[in-house]
Amino acid sequence: MVERRGARLEVRGLAKTFPGDGVPIVALERADLIAAPGEFVVVIGPSGCGKSTLFHILAGLTQPSAGEVRFDGQIVENRLGACAFMPQRDGLLPWRRTIDNVTVGLELSGMRRAAARERARPLLARFGLAGFEDAWPWQLSGGMRQRAAFLRTVLLGKPAMLLDEPFGALDGITRAQLQEWLLDVWGEVGSTVLLITHDVAEAVFLADRVYVMTPRPGRVAAVIEIELPRPRTLAIEESAQFGAYEARLRELLREHAWAGGDAQPSSSGSSGSALHSVSEPS
Amino acid sequence: MKNTQFRGVRDLRRDEAGAASRAPAARWRRLAHDIWPPALAFAAVIVVWDFASQVLVSKANTLPGSSFTGPLPGPWLVVRSTWNDRSNLWPAMWTTIREVVFGVLIAVVIAVLLAIAIDWSRSFRRSIYPLMVVSQTMPIIALAPLVVIWFGFGTEPKIALIALFTFFAIAVGLVQGLASSDPDAMDLLRTMGASRLQLLLRVRLPSALPQFFTGLKVSITFSFVSAILAEYVGATQGLGVYMQTNYRGFRNDLVFGAVIVTALLTLLLFGLVVALERLSMPWRRPAQTDTRW
Repeated sequence: MVERRGARLEVRGLAKTFPGDGVPIVALERADLIAAPGEFVVVIGPSGCGKSTLFHILAGLTQPSAGEVRFDGQIVENRLGACAFMPQRDGLLPWRRTIDNVTVGLELSGMRRAAARERARPLLARFGLAGFEDAWPWQLSGGMRQRAAFLRTVLLGKPAMLLDEPFGALDGITRAQLQEWLLDVWGEVGSTVLLITHDVAEAVFLADRVYVMTPRPGRVAAVIEIELPRPRTLAIEESAQFGAYEARLRELLREHAWAGGDAQPSSSGSSGSALHSVSEPS
Repeated sequence: MKNTQFRGVRDLRRDEAGAASRAPAARWRRLAHDIWPPALAFAAVIVVWDFASQVLVSKANTLPGSSFTGPLPGPWLVVRSTWNDRSNLWPAMWTTIREVVFGVLIAVVIAVLLAIAIDWSRSFRRSIYPLMVVSQTMPIIALAPLVVIWFGFGTEPKIALIALFTFFAIAVGLVQGLASSDPDAMDLLRTMGASRLQLLLRVRLPSALPQFFTGLKVSITFSFVSAILAEYVGATQGLGVYMQTNYRGFRNDLVFGAVIVTALLTLLLFGLVVALERLSMPWRRPAQTDTRW
């Protein structure tokens, strides 16, 4: 685990309850997580486990009902603009050409359009968008849209990036290519990444550490450190170690599928904190 | 991820142009396909009109020597008489065109300001929306004479009336368009630290453009009718005055001519708005015309 002092991003006891129709809805009961500078952290869980709520809180779109969020050790109340957020759907604005879509954040921060374009232009090739800077979003393929959205996120130049299921809408082949590419780019950018997914193989392949979340009510139920060597290529998915991590993650997800609420299984119900720290698979 | 995937848009455009020039015959066929149904319908109207006018003329007892051209003058007579009377029609047309253009422009300004204010503040929305609806319940026939009494026979009161009766559709369309902005895009820009004004300018207004133009097109269709009604009640110049004068002078052919001119002017203004719509939203995916084949 990362030292508390050195954490880029630290979440403690985060909870969110929405005032439902008479009955309050607990979207997030308790979330603790930590990310060191330059770390790749993945949050995995089924739908309804509160991972999007967690990201919305981190991005500053919602305030938590309880708990705290620290950036570099400091509690930050107004988090809008503190992290670079990439939403589930690419969020490209239909009326902006590729070049203007990737620079939208720079323009919002007051940079002149020409200067923003100059900063983005050298990066287009690395993001597979060379020759498409003047294309409208509908002219881009699904993979290109995601890469454009990711470039927009990188260009924000924030110390931490929140990626909400960035590859969820892509076909398997494009998805695998982009996962490998994302690791390469992340290695060059050196930014802290928090990524949401519900794909077990994706989580193991990308992460330094995986947080397993469980639904109803949403909580972080387990943590796995992934100690696979870097740089990683897709070939690593064939290794026995990778398979063992995958199996362990699947088991955790299955085990906690009915956790929380009334149907709490004995395995996680006893201790006060549901946070298991699982170091390495056998 | 080799060359094929990273071909630039310019290449794509070139391909499209190439496909079009490669098959000019297909293009002509499509044009013909687009034109012949409305042309046929138009021709049918002319034929029926011509036939009806001849039947009615034979029944009418016209006084010899009078200028009365029958209850329903035929299409050719209408075109000929209107052309011959062009020195009178021309200034009337210009007056009305000016009133309509200024009226619609003022309506757009008012509608944009109202829609943004309504979108911005919930309490403003609640206080002003009912008033806007009420403003549309006032019959122009009742209102126009009052406006003449208050402001006289000039063009300004007509412009005010046109603006009053055309702003509503634009404002309602715009309010709807602003409200239909993608909440995810709004959230995304908020996480980038965008202010409310930045959200309005960069997300809400661009997403509202299609519905703004829908409203504007609806307004255009009755802008000329509003102008003519306003002129009918009391004016010194304009198509409404022209119609009224010729109606009283039993020149039905010229009345018909003015009606046709009004229709053509409305079509022209409508076409201008459609062109402006296309120009202002170059990002829209071109319609899939091929699917009609």
